[in-house]
Amino acid sequence: MATTMTAPGRVAVRMKVNGVEYAADVEPRLLLVSFLRDNLGLTGTHIGCDTSQCGACVIHLDGEPVKSCTLLTAQANGAELTTIEGVAKNGEYDAMQMGFWEMHGLQCGYCTPGMIMTANAFLDRNPDPTEAEIRHALEGNLCRCTGYQNIVKAVQYAAKQRSGGAMEPGPGTDLDFEHKDVIEHAPEDLQDWGDQLAGQEER
Amino acid sequence: MAATIEAPELLVGQPIRRREDPKLMTGSGNFLDDIRLPGMSYAAILRSPAAHARITGIDTTKARNMPGVIGVFTGEDLADVNPLPCAWQAAGVENNVATPHLLALGEVRQVGDPIAVVVAESVYQANDALEGIEVDFEELEAVVDSREAVKPGAPQLHENAPNNIVMHWTCGADAETVDKALAGAEVRVSQSVANQRLIPTAMEPRGSVGLYEPATQEYTLWATSQAPHVHKLVVAAFVLGIPEQKIRVIAPDVGGGFGSKIFVYFDMPLVLWLSKALGRPVKFFEDRTENYLHTTHGRDHHTDIEIGATKDGKITALKVSTLANLGAYLSTVAPGVATTLYGRMVAGCYKIPNIHVDVKGVYTNTAMVDAYRGAGRPEATFVIERACDLVADATGVDPAEVRRRNFIQPADFPYDTGIGMLPYDSGNYVPALDLALQHAGYASLLEQQAARRANGGRKLLGIGVSSYVEECGIAPSKWIGLSGEGWGAGLWESADVRVYLTGKVSVTSGSLPHGQGHETTFAQIVADRLGVPYDDIEIEHSDTKGTPFGFGSYGSRSLTVGGTAIYKSVDKVVEKAKLLAAHMLEAAPEDIVYENGKAWVKGSPDAVKTIQDIALQAHVAYDLPSGMEPGLEAVTYYDPPNCTFPFGTHVCVVEVDRDTGNVEIIKYVGVDDVGNVINPMIVDGQFHGGIAQGIAQALYEGAVYADNGELITATMNDYAIPKASMLPTYELDRTVTTTDVNPMGAKGAGEAGTIGSTPAVANAVVDALSHLGVKHLDMPYTPERVWRAMQNGNA
Repeated sequence: MATTMTAPGRVAVRMKVNGVEYAADVEPRLLLVSFLRDNLGLTGTHIGCDTSQCGACVIHLDGEPVKSCTLLTAQANGAELTTIEGVAKNGEYDAMQMGFWEMHGLQCGYCTPGMIMTANAFLDRNPDPTEAEIRHALEGNLCRCTGYQNIVKAVQYAAKQRSGGAMEPGPGTDLDFEHKDVIEHAPEDLQDWGDQLAGQEER
Repeated sequence: MAATIEAPELLVGQPIRRREDPKLMTGSGNFLDDIRLPGMSYAAILRSPAAHARITGIDTTKARNMPGVIGVFTGEDLADVNPLPCAWQAAGVENNVATPHLLALGEVRQVGDPIAVVVAESVYQANDALEGIEVDFEELEAVVDSREAVKPGAPQLHENAPNNIVMHWTCGADAETVDKALAGAEVRVSQSVANQRLIPTAMEPRGSVGLYEPATQEYTLWATSQAPHVHKLVVAAFVLGIPEQKIRVIAPDVGGGFGSKIFVYFDMPLVLWLSKALGRPVKFFEDRTENYLHTTHGRDHHTDIEIGATKDGKITALKVSTLANLGAYLSTVAPGVATTLYGRMVAGCYKIPNIHVDVKGVYTNTAMVDAYRGAGRPEATFVIERACDLVADATGVDPAEVRRRNFIQPADFPYDTGIGMLPYDSGNYVPALDLALQHAGYASLLEQQAARRANGGRKLLGIGVSSYVEECGIAPSKWIGLSGEGWGAGLWESADVRVYLTGKVSVTSGSLPHGQGHETTFAQIVADRLGVPYDDIEIEHSDTKGTPFGFGSYGSRSLTVGGTAIYKSVDKVVEKAKLLAAHMLEAAPEDIVYENGKAWVKGSPDAVKTIQDIALQAHVAYDLPSGMEPGLEAVTYYDPPNCTFPFGTHVCVVEVDRDTGNVEIIKYVGVDDVGNVINPMIVDGQFHGGIAQGIAQALYEGAVYADNGELITATMNDYAIPKASMLPTYELDRTVTTTDVNPMGAKGAGEAGTIGSTPAVANAVVDALSHLGVKHLDMPYTPERVWRAMQNGNA
């Protein structure tokens, strides 16, 4: 869609965010993340850096994950956007949100919205990923609390649920205590681990 | 038990998913920058581009006239405001204290020092106007390395700190005694080690919102804070000089802290002062580069280690001499971290007869250094765990065996290390070591390593062991306080447990979370102890107006100190409930049994009064025992008798690429003992994150300053926060050794992972290279550094 200059130094933009149409006149330099947070009050999209590293600001623009700190509002003119506020539908958390909750994939929660947006877009492209693929897919999103292990499990949980698989219980239980076998502390049988290494030396 | 009483469904020990999460996973959290107030204005800070300079003139005229600008202020405008205080000086020695003004007065001493503040109608306009401020500098020579700063002729930062020395502190036996023991040792090893400077990097940067209301003369400060009550006290009484009852501090959702949000920063009093001056609420939220330049850093020690041992690996003497770089000024608790929390912990898990520790704090033209996850204990653990491996190397004794031979034994607890630390409360170090070695497959790893070395393969195998003990839940006040270790306050916590008329429960706690899940853990404790449904319990925190005083969340203290205050308040509530139940059941109080939220007369379990029945009676107060006040509520101020000392052993297995120097962790095992666990899911999460930060120090992170004081690693593009693909899977297990320091038998868990992990990785990398002649290597183990070591070590 062509942008039209309205007032001197302003740009008219229209976009649909979480299904709602918005129109505004904004400064040409206004970052999309600022528009979402300050103009629309959608503060679930966060700012954690100024160099496009951290991914706390990831949203979906026409279905693609983008870092909203690295786009001008005017560049989103005519687009359909989804932010973290638009992920749960009718009060139902989606599979990824449930994965993060069940698998303890968040601590402080600051990176979580961006993580969920990136991970959902990733599963759209790759519904049955390996752990290495998940870790690679999350490289644009930094977390300082979890050491990523439970974020990986959250994505695996969501992948399974989205593909219609059984709801694997996570360590996070509700109060019914359905799942007591929760913490898989003991690593797999390690007796032969050193011997396995021998076969993998020149990986 | 009587048939009518159901068996209690205990929540403690269960991995309850967190009640905090729904808002955070839907974007409904309320972080500092999410706060919107009517009439909000926005502050931006002009920061020094020079590491050391005299300010000879500031012209703000142009900035004042720029669009949207409401006000511009410099250090001169704030000359009557006190500088920030240093609240923990090194005990027993002279401290040459220099702390920062809110805005620089006359001189800047680090890149990023705040010089002026612009307040405008928008963040964009405030930042625009920074470019309208002109500052004339007379540049001075800078020094960034503590080893250079203490040399004669080095640039001097503060008139009251000759040779840039903050303080010179020692502990343990006197140096001569230890020198004699070293001289007489069968085996003697010396090594210089660096514990590089790190940048904490909470994902949420720091910020403040200030509101002054003239009609009531009340100040409200929202801050990214790990310690809102302390910030209230310090900002009111020590910086702005306003009555403490007129200030309220609120920590909204806090996006990680790792220590960096404990401290009092310039912007906290500044936004309040600005709000009063301008009649508008004022928000400041730093960007990431400001966070890296000017929010506190961690570590930055240079240490000389001398260690004496017998030929069979028994450590007989340890001498440690450290330069601790504390940055351009003293942050809130910096000297205490470098002394009490570091020097007094260098004995680690071991019985070492002769220890001498010497610490010099040093000013340099760098960001202030203060507590960062572990705070002193990671540095101490790195020293002693590298020392153990150096002894192993020098004696030929296996590194795990060196640890085993020197461990403090179960019968020795409580154990006094003789270097001024409180006695270690409890411990049993061998089982954790054995379990970790077993999980790692240690014996076959050693065989595999030998085979690979014989074959000369490209992937070198390294095995690193680290056994740690750490000090958390730091207390009691009479030990840590001014008359003891120099901390300028107490370190107790408080809690108020209130059962309403309807039987629902509010707990107000001085402790607060920034990601640790306090609401869930605390509610689990109350549900079990009081016998009310988990969902009937609300945990309130983080607002000084609604909660009793607390010293904040750091030092892995929330559960053991704050949680114990809650536990004891519940017990007081139960005591009153039993008195009232006795009255209601027409029995003697001593005959009342109270379990799982129900009271009955011993032997008569059919007549039961529930806690809800009792709470109703306590509030309607129609029929109370003579002299009993209405209500059902109890407050506890809890000062523990000791710290708790969790411990464990971590084993890291690495492959080092002989051609590229790249290090890959192929196995990571952590066996930790934090006593009784309330929520194992949360505790494991703390270890995951802690280990990740420890690995990150070993392999990736390091703050780098150019000689002129410019921070080279000033963005996330340059400072290597690890990504998901850069970290391994952590295999965790636990042993359980309880403590009698608190009634839950629990120890702290927030920092232990960071403390145990860094030396495990370091020892693994050095071990991988040891057959090439490498005895030690400084972190981070970048491919280049490792590759160079292989070339040099293999000469």
